[in-house]
Amino acid sequence: MPISKLLIANRGEIAVRIIRAARALGIKTVQVHSAADVDSLAVRMADEAVNIGPPHAAKSYLNIANIIAAAQQTGADAVHPGYGFLAENAGFADAVVAAGMKFVGPSGDAIRTMGDKVAARNAAKAAGVPYVPGSDGRIDDLHEALALAGKIGFPIMIKAAAGGGGRGIRIAQNMEEFEQLMPQASAEALAAFGDGGLYLEKVIEKARHIEVQILGDGKRAIHCFERECSLQRRRQKVWEEAPSAALPQIVREKLCKSAVGLAEAVNYSGAGTLEYLYDDKTQEFYFIEMNTRIQVEHPVTEMITGIDLVQEMIRIAGGEPLRFEQSDVKMKGHAIEVRINAEDPAKNFIPNPGTITTLKVPDGTGTRFDTMLFEGYQVPPFYDSLLGKLIVWAETRAEAIALMARALNDLEVGGIKTTKPLHQLLALDADVQSANFHTRWLEPWLEKNAGRLVS
Amino acid sequence: MAKQILSPLPGTFYRRPAPDKPNYKYDGDAIAVGDVIGLIEVMKTFNEVKAELAGKIKNFVADNEEPVMAGQVLVEMV
Repeated sequence: MPISKLLIANRGEIAVRIIRAARALGIKTVQVHSAADVDSLAVRMADEAVNIGPPHAAKSYLNIANIIAAAQQTGADAVHPGYGFLAENAGFADAVVAAGMKFVGPSGDAIRTMGDKVAARNAAKAAGVPYVPGSDGRIDDLHEALALAGKIGFPIMIKAAAGGGGRGIRIAQNMEEFEQLMPQASAEALAAFGDGGLYLEKVIEKARHIEVQILGDGKRAIHCFERECSLQRRRQKVWEEAPSAALPQIVREKLCKSAVGLAEAVNYSGAGTLEYLYDDKTQEFYFIEMNTRIQVEHPVTEMITGIDLVQEMIRIAGGEPLRFEQSDVKMKGHAIEVRINAEDPAKNFIPNPGTITTLKVPDGTGTRFDTMLFEGYQVPPFYDSLLGKLIVWAETRAEAIALMARALNDLEVGGIKTTKPLHQLLALDADVQSANFHTRWLEPWLEKNAGRLVS
Repeated sequence: MAKQILSPLPGTFYRRPAPDKPNYKYDGDAIAVGDVIGLIEVMKTFNEVKAELAGKIKNFVADNEEPVMAGQVLVEMV
């Protein structure tokens, strides 16, 4: 049965995005919100709104009992979790289904499988998808370690089995170093953690972050090509593109096919993303993890394929089979998204909540701004700093970057500091323009360019 | 005028460094300049609130996990 009333268990720009998708499908909306979000755009836009608790997310947006009660009270027949909060909480997906509603996303079991690192790695292995090579478990024997290291290849990371948070990690560049470091690492791990067990993992140097968007209906899956999100600060994506400028067509085909294979192997239903590391030098890709939800950067995929991913995931949750064959999905042109956050790039990105005094949004062909802002809106301090996503599309990557620079100039968010100046500098950078970057490119660049990041 | 410690930022106030740890300070505690009396969480980042005056805590006005505004009184001092 198609969905008739959808509850949105999220806030901010993604709540607005989901309401728009539901409206386009003729579906009524219920927006749950905390006491801090009474005046939010999503609450204003939705057909109904229910207060589910105090500002603190643990008491509202993460409060499963209150969200289920709000859904029952309003007669909602489905719940969309957005991203973050409860989006990848298998217990929440189960609770929604147990209450007789549809969860816009995969089953609780699929979330559990792909959310567990070891289970996901095993699923990848079974589906023939390459993952970062390493020991498939702990190593206690030096001879075994030497044989394995030769197979995995260098540089290699030696990690203490009992370590964590970056502690107890050594990197060997070759077999000679490895022979020297391995006993040291084992002795040190034993002294530091009371356990000399070690893990081995290949170091992927200068890797790009490339991810594949997939859609599945539980029986069949398709891909909607890849995104590249190599520009990251503290593992947070800053600038995202589709397609990747670095991927040869033959590798793209192999990569996307592997993602579809893995999604079908776990009978995936809904929208999902498989994340990979990609090594330019060897043209090898390695599966890292799967995100079982819609992602922040989904619009760049929508811009190059013309597919509305949020509408599609709602249709799938309503019981419709996939509406596309793989051959129906074509990509055209190049899209870029930048995240406009309430952070001051001139002051080490300190959060900057406050009142939006003016808002001027760029428009024109190929320009899109997904946001929850309006003039007079008070950005609450309790949640994520994402204010909006500026997305552009053009025939070529160079044109898209030029359009991004113009759109950023036209974007005006008054009253608080934002990350706009960072993106203006990035759009002019020679390495960005030639896509000459990797996941560890941005942080040193920020140190070097700190003086130019005046807001 | 009675001395007070005000919240430097808007956000969520925490009295302890982690859920399983004791409070930084209790009613009646003596405090020195620079002592941490709590945390303010602003957009997923945590900021320490430090005493700018020495003295003794009369009582905490803000509760653990309470939403606070910048300039709001957190602590009344003797």
